[in-house]
Amino acid sequence: MATTSKDRPSPAAGLPVQTQDTAALLRELVAHLRQNRTQLREEWARRITRAQLLTAMTEAEIFAEATSVYDNYVEALETGTFEALQAYARNLSERIIPRGVETHEVVGIVLLLRDVLARSLFAKYHEDFDKLNRILDAYEPAANRIANTVAVGFVQERERIIRQQQEAIRELSTPVLQVRERLLILPIIGVIDPQRARQLTEQLLRAIRTNRAKVVVIDITGVAAMDSNVANHLVQTVEASRLLGATVIVTGLSPEIAQTLVTIGVDLSEMATVGDLQGGIEEAERLLGYKVLPLEELAPKT
Amino acid sequence: MEVPILTQGQYLIASIQSALTDADLSQLREALIERVGRFRARGVIVDVTALDVMDSFAVRTLRDIAHMARLRGAETVIVGIQPEVAFAMVQLGLTLKGVATALDLEEGLTFLDGVARERVERGQGPFDRGPGHRDRA
Repeated sequence: MATTSKDRPSPAAGLPVQTQDTAALLRELVAHLRQNRTQLREEWARRITRAQLLTAMTEAEIFAEATSVYDNYVEALETGTFEALQAYARNLSERIIPRGVETHEVVGIVLLLRDVLARSLFAKYHEDFDKLNRILDAYEPAANRIANTVAVGFVQERERIIRQQQEAIRELSTPVLQVRERLLILPIIGVIDPQRARQLTEQLLRAIRTNRAKVVVIDITGVAAMDSNVANHLVQTVEASRLLGATVIVTGLSPEIAQTLVTIGVDLSEMATVGDLQGGIEEAERLLGYKVLPLEELAPKT
Repeated sequence: MEVPILTQGQYLIASIQSALTDADLSQLREALIERVGRFRARGVIVDVTALDVMDSFAVRTLRDIAHMARLRGAETVIVGIQPEVAFAMVQLGLTLKGVATALDLEEGLTFLDGVARERVERGQGPFDRGPGHRDRA
């Protein structure tokens, strides 16, 4: 192979030679980037500020982050492995997402670094156009992959956070509360999707059994919209509760939901509905045989 | 397997112990309807706590028991439906419409006592079905 490359040093010499060539060029490139680290990094930080990216961070912070991104960038160029960079991108995202840094900013700064480095390569090799071309051939794919890795890492981190929050909302939003002996309240807030509806029903049925509930008030004041699927699920919940011997009262149907339900023709004739939560609780107390009176009415008249 | 039927005062209690075949269910229905007359029962409780599946035939038989017992003068209440069973039932559209249900045996007894009391308060016999009577949904 070595003989071949000596005999025919043209680019058509074959892939291994080219790879070797690329590796050598990348080494040269890395050496150049190391040498001009201070100056390039400052130039980069300046351009980030000028482009008004990362406005949520102070200049000192930007510079500190820029330094580590720069070093990781050069290292990824040198080693050709992206695991360290990936880990760093995840770590960086974890730190900056809570501060409100947007996707376009992260992509923007990585692309800026790519530009800054490319310019410095132009400046260094502008006299030897052939060499510049070969250097860029080696640099561009690696740089693009780095930009890709960082952007993907950021987006993945964001998605992970979104999933985590969805999970948290799901768990937070389905409390079944006992307000009196044998009276449960289930306030539903937010959007009901089929999965959540199912979870709500299961939780409610289990609570009916463990608390030996006789009446359940489901309050949907906090539900903004309802479609026929959710409405039917609600009807099913009411019927399943009845099979366990509990009466369900639904309260807080908004005007919009009332209109939707009647317009789409969901049959709610089996469902007891009361205007608001207070009315629902009063009705439930009546069913359970409670009567709530002001204290003075109970005091003996003098 | 035959389902044991106990008498407790004016009530009959059928406690299902294990999964039943269709023949067992039919047999239970016949035995209950016959005994309602023999023991002059005023209420029937069917305890299904032990069942973790309820198919359409079982649900229909329970509904039939309730309706037939009513014709013979006894109110029926189904008790002990498990949460998972209840959920599966409504998804299959098996909702035991017009049949009373209660959480467990104790609740079932309370329910039947309440029905009897209500009727006495209305000036009827404990289990007479006067005009204006509405089935408890």
